[in-house]
Amino acid sequence: MSSLSRDELRAIADLARISLTEAELDRFSDQLSVILDSVAKVQEVVTPEIKPMSHALEMTNVYRPDEIGESLTAAQALSGAPARQDDRFKVPRILEEE
Amino acid sequence: MSSPTELTAVEIAAGIKAKDFSAVAVAQAHLDRIANVNDKLNAFLFVDTAGALAQAAAVDAQIAAGELIGPLAGVPVAVKDIFTQQDVPTTCGSKILENWQPPYDSTVVARMKQAGMVLLGKVNMDEFAMGSSTETSGYGPTSNPWDLTRIPGGSSGGSSAAVAGFLAPLAVGTDTGGSIRQPAAVTGTVGVKPTYGGVSRYGMIALASSLDQAGPFARTVLDAALLHQAIAGHDQMDSTSINQPAPDFVAAAQRKDISGMKLGVVKELAGDGYQQGVLNRFNEAVELLRELGAEIVEVSCPSFDYALAAYYLIQPSECSSNLARFDGMRYGLRVDDGNSSVEQVMSATRAQGFGEEVKRRIIIGTYALSSGYYDAYYGSAQKVRRLIADDFAKAFNSVDALISPTSPVTAFKIGAKINDPMAMYLNDICTIPVNLAGVGGMSLPIGLADEDSLPVGLQIMSPVMQDDRLYRVGGALEAALLQKWGAPILAKAPKL
Repeated sequence: MSSLSRDELRAIADLARISLTEAELDRFSDQLSVILDSVAKVQEVVTPEIKPMSHALEMTNVYRPDEIGESLTAAQALSGAPARQDDRFKVPRILEEE
Repeated sequence: MSSPTELTAVEIAAGIKAKDFSAVAVAQAHLDRIANVNDKLNAFLFVDTAGALAQAAAVDAQIAAGELIGPLAGVPVAVKDIFTQQDVPTTCGSKILENWQPPYDSTVVARMKQAGMVLLGKVNMDEFAMGSSTETSGYGPTSNPWDLTRIPGGSSGGSSAAVAGFLAPLAVGTDTGGSIRQPAAVTGTVGVKPTYGGVSRYGMIALASSLDQAGPFARTVLDAALLHQAIAGHDQMDSTSINQPAPDFVAAAQRKDISGMKLGVVKELAGDGYQQGVLNRFNEAVELLRELGAEIVEVSCPSFDYALAAYYLIQPSECSSNLARFDGMRYGLRVDDGNSSVEQVMSATRAQGFGEEVKRRIIIGTYALSSGYYDAYYGSAQKVRRLIADDFAKAFNSVDALISPTSPVTAFKIGAKINDPMAMYLNDICTIPVNLAGVGGMSLPIGLADEDSLPVGLQIMSPVMQDDRLYRVGGALEAALLQKWGAPILAKAPKL
């Protein structure tokens, strides 16, 4: 039986950048344990020699000519920005001050 | 004369071309219908009255000028709110994108505009297409026109409800694990998941990039073929778009002859958990296909028993990566008290902007991809995916197409499964293998279940880039059923 403890769940949610409430931690740790237990079924049939399949179209690279074409203007690209300054996205503090 | 809202896309296009009615009159009739009944369904999240009437007027002007118009010119269409449309709100069913207006058109939207189609507005969906009932939408559930207390399927439930409720003759949806076919099945409409790479994903907000495909909803197989033809074909903006011409879906839908075709009934897609009325209608449809001249054989695809488990690892894994872009930095919601670090702002934004199902899947995916668990979960799921693709390849060596029920059950009550994620996931049991292998799939209505008088769908599956076979089988079966019933299935639906 797979199970996900509250601490483990909190750590994963932190990695995924989602703050969970206490109620969500309770509910999700039960629900996600049930789901993980069920999907672990994949381990029953796999053997080392099966080649993993990541995509329906197993392509490597697709190239097109490197030509200048139309693209969004700065105003269009910034049209949905929650905050902006000049022609740039304005974001919260990323680095601590020295 | 009947209202334009009761006509098929083919009839609307012919009527406009013959000047029996104008494209503007057709658009207005649909806008009026939406205004009258959308409160009951909650199918449309946004109605683009001005845009629809302007596009319709442009088609009328082209006809007046004697210009050639395409086969769907002036035909209205509902657009799942997952497709970007320039300067039209696009939410993907999520509060994190409330009021966002994309600065560009998705390729599907651009091609429908190019075809002269009239885009009525954006329709509801499960949040970021995660769900089978449209109940996870941040904007409330959509109702099934057959019974307003029941779900219209999902995630493309706004699309299925709009078409089944005669708010639009056509709709586009997306299908990652069944999100076009299952809603079509439970609303008595036709829905098609094209071959992966058959329709461009550019501008379609990504759930699981290796599985997502756009496709048509319609009330007839021929109408679905016309819309599929309009949106299909190579697009250099999508690197996974297949660079070869699309087959002739329209001709296949019109052929209505399946003599000599060999069809395989998938043994694993029946049995426990399937509603008896679904199995009864399915078995009758198989007999009808036999009477129409198809050879029917049973085919075993043993790995399909593991498809659901593989899917609910692969899809959350890809979604956890894709949805990282919703971080409140460049567009959409930002929750910022002015004193927080960028990580805190992202975590608060995603906590407030995402609903529960989206959070669950992102967390499952993050877990399945994390070091220590990767091989056991994601790695194993990728191997199962290979086994499923091999099962399809083997089956298609001996049959032209496969068939099964589309959904194990008919439309269930709103609220019945929303608190039990595993019960909800089981709705996709018949449709998921198709996405994992990248082949084509269609659902079409085959009658009403004995227990509840609700629509039942039959699923047809075809090899990669042979989607014309879906239309050939579907068109023939639809014609035979119509003859048997005397009227289309939706004539039996209650009036809204």
